[in-house]
Amino acid sequence: MTTRSEGTRQHLERAGWAIGAVVVVAASIPWFLWRDSTVVAGLPLWLWWHVGWLCLASLGFLAFTRYGWGIGVESGATIGSPTTEDGPEVRTDD
Amino acid sequence: MTETTIKLGIVGGYMVVAAVIGLVAYRLTDRTAEDYYLASRTLGTVVLLFTTFATLLSAFTFFGGPNLTYSAGPEWILVMGVMDGIIFAILWYVLGYKQWLVGQHHGYVTLGEMLGDRFGSRALRGLVAAISLFWLFPYVMLQQKGAGQAIVGLTDGAVPFWVGAGGITLFMIVYVAVSGMRGVAWTDTLQGILMLGLIWAAVAWILSAVGGPTAATARLAETNPEFLALGGGLYTHEYVISTAVSIAFGVTMFPQINQRFFVASSEKVLKRTLALWPVLVVLLFVPAFMLGAWAAGLGVTVPENGNVVPAILNEYTAGWFTAVVVAGAMAAMMSSSDSMLLSGASYLTRDLYRPVTDLAEEDPSLPDRASLANRIRRSALAAAVSLGRLLRSDRDRETLLARAGVVVFATLSFVASLYAPGTLVEIGDTAFGGFAQLTLPVLVALYWARTTRWGMYAGIGGAQLFYLASVFLPMVPGSYLGGWSASVVGMVLGLVLTVGVSLATDAASGEDATVYTVSAIEGD
Repeated sequence: MTTRSEGTRQHLERAGWAIGAVVVVAASIPWFLWRDSTVVAGLPLWLWWHVGWLCLASLGFLAFTRYGWGIGVESGATIGSPTTEDGPEVRTDD
Repeated sequence: MTETTIKLGIVGGYMVVAAVIGLVAYRLTDRTAEDYYLASRTLGTVVLLFTTFATLLSAFTFFGGPNLTYSAGPEWILVMGVMDGIIFAILWYVLGYKQWLVGQHHGYVTLGEMLGDRFGSRALRGLVAAISLFWLFPYVMLQQKGAGQAIVGLTDGAVPFWVGAGGITLFMIVYVAVSGMRGVAWTDTLQGILMLGLIWAAVAWILSAVGGPTAATARLAETNPEFLALGGGLYTHEYVISTAVSIAFGVTMFPQINQRFFVASSEKVLKRTLALWPVLVVLLFVPAFMLGAWAAGLGVTVPENGNVVPAILNEYTAGWFTAVVVAGAMAAMMSSSDSMLLSGASYLTRDLYRPVTDLAEEDPSLPDRASLANRIRRSALAAAVSLGRLLRSDRDRETLLARAGVVVFATLSFVASLYAPGTLVEIGDTAFGGFAQLTLPVLVALYWARTTRWGMYAGIGGAQLFYLASVFLPMVPGSYLGGWSASVVGMVLGLVLTVGVSLATDAASGEDATVYTVSAIEGD
C-alpha cells in the first residue's frame, strides 16, 4: 500500500514538472502581444516580457535542481521491459 | 603605424594569448584519450558553463544574429532565447544528465559509442559518426567564412577574405593538435567572459553616443516601425517555432556539445549550469541582437558580404575598439571550431577507424553449410577484416590519424568557405537541421527499452534521407503546411519511424537495453 501511494506520488511529481516545463517553453514568447509595438523604457514590451520570463525560468530551473533533480532520468525511469532476458551475448551485426 | 596595422596587431595579439593558454594546458595533459578528449571528465561549473556557451557563441550568433535583426527585426532574440535559454536547458537535463550518468557508468566518450554499445552494432556507431561529421563540415566552414568577413570588414578590404579564413584555419589546426579538451575549455572560459564584457561595453558606448536606448529605439520606430511590432515579415508563428525547435534539438547533437555531456566532474556542476543558463543567454543575446536592430534605425550601411556589428562599431566607437570586438568574435569562432574539430577527431578515430581495425581480431570463416546470405555476409566481413589487419592500429597511428583528420577536414572546409553561397544564418540553420534529425531517435533509445536496432536504423536513416533531399533536391520542398520547416517535419518522421519500426521488430542478439538503466551516482 505504501509502495503504491509512493508510486502515485512519483507519477504526480513527474507530471507536475513536465507540465511546468511545457509552460516555461510556451510562455517564453508573449503570444498575446503578437503585433503589439508598445515600447517601454527603450525596448519593446514583448522583449521585456521575454527577459523577465527567462529570469523566472532560471529560478524555476534552480528550484528543479533542488527539489526535482533525478525525476524521469535516474533508473526506474526506463519504461518497457528489458529485452535481454536471454542473456547479453556480445555480438555485433557486421 | 597605420590604423590597419594596429587593428591587425590587436587581433594577432589576442590569438597569441589564446595559444599560450593552450600550451600551458598541454603541459598539464596526460597522453590518454580520456584526458585529450574529455579533460578526464573534470570540468567544473564555470568552465563547463562557459565552454558550452562559447561553443554556441560562433559566427552564427555573433555575426549572423545581428545581421538578421538588422534586416528583419529584433524578434530573433526570442527565437534564440527560447531555443538556447529554455529548450536547450531542458534538453541539458533530459538528454545531457542522462548521457552523463550513462557515460560515467560505462566510460563512453562519443555518442556513437553509447549507441553502438547499447544496440550491439558497429554499423550504427559508424553511421552516427559519419552523419555527425557530414553536418559538422558546413558549420566549421561557417566559422571560417565569418572570420574571413571579419578581417575584410576590419581592414576595409585591405586584407583579402582568404587571409582571414586561412589564418583562423591554421590557428585552429595548431591549437587542436596541441592542446586537447583541457586547453579548449580554458580558452573558452576566457573567451566567454571576454565576449560578455565586450558586447556590453559596445552597447554602452554606442548608446551613449546616440542618446540612450529610448532615443535609439525612437529612431528605429521612425525608419522601421514594423520592427517593433512582435511578428510579421519573416517572423511567422511557424518560422519562430520551427527555427527554435530545430536549432535547440540540433545543438544537442553537435559533436562538441554532445561530448560536453560526458565531461562534467559532478552532478552539482550540471545542476548549477542548468540554473545559470537562461540568465547567461539574456545577458548575451539581448545586447548583441539589439545592436543589429538599432543599427537599422541609425542608418548604418553594411557593405556587401559584410557584417553589421563591425559596421556600427566603426561608425560610433574607436577603431581600436572595433578591432578588440572583432578579435573577441574571431576568438569565439576559433573556440567553436577547435571544439568541433577536436570532437570530430574523436568521432573519426573511435567510431569509424577503431571499429574497422578491431575487426582484425575476428575470424571470418564459415560453417560447412551456410546459406547464401550468410556467405555474402561473411565475404563482406572477410574483406573488412583484411582491411582491419592492414590498418592494424597502434596508439601512435591512431593519434596521427586524428591529427591528420583535423588537418584534412579544416583544409577542405576552408576551401569550401571560399566558394560557398548563402548567409551565415542560412548555412548554420541547415547544419542545425541536419543534427536535429538525430535527436529524437537518440532520446527514444535512451528512455524506451523497447527500441530496437532496426528502429534506430530506420529513424536515423529515414529522417536524414528526407532532410538531405529537402536541402539538395529542388523538387523536395523546404517548408510544409504553411511554413513548418523540413527540419521539423524530418524530426517527426524520425520519431515515427524509430517507434514504428521498433514495435514491428524484435531486439536482435547483442542488444542490451539495460545499458541505459542507470541510477544516480553517490558521493557528489
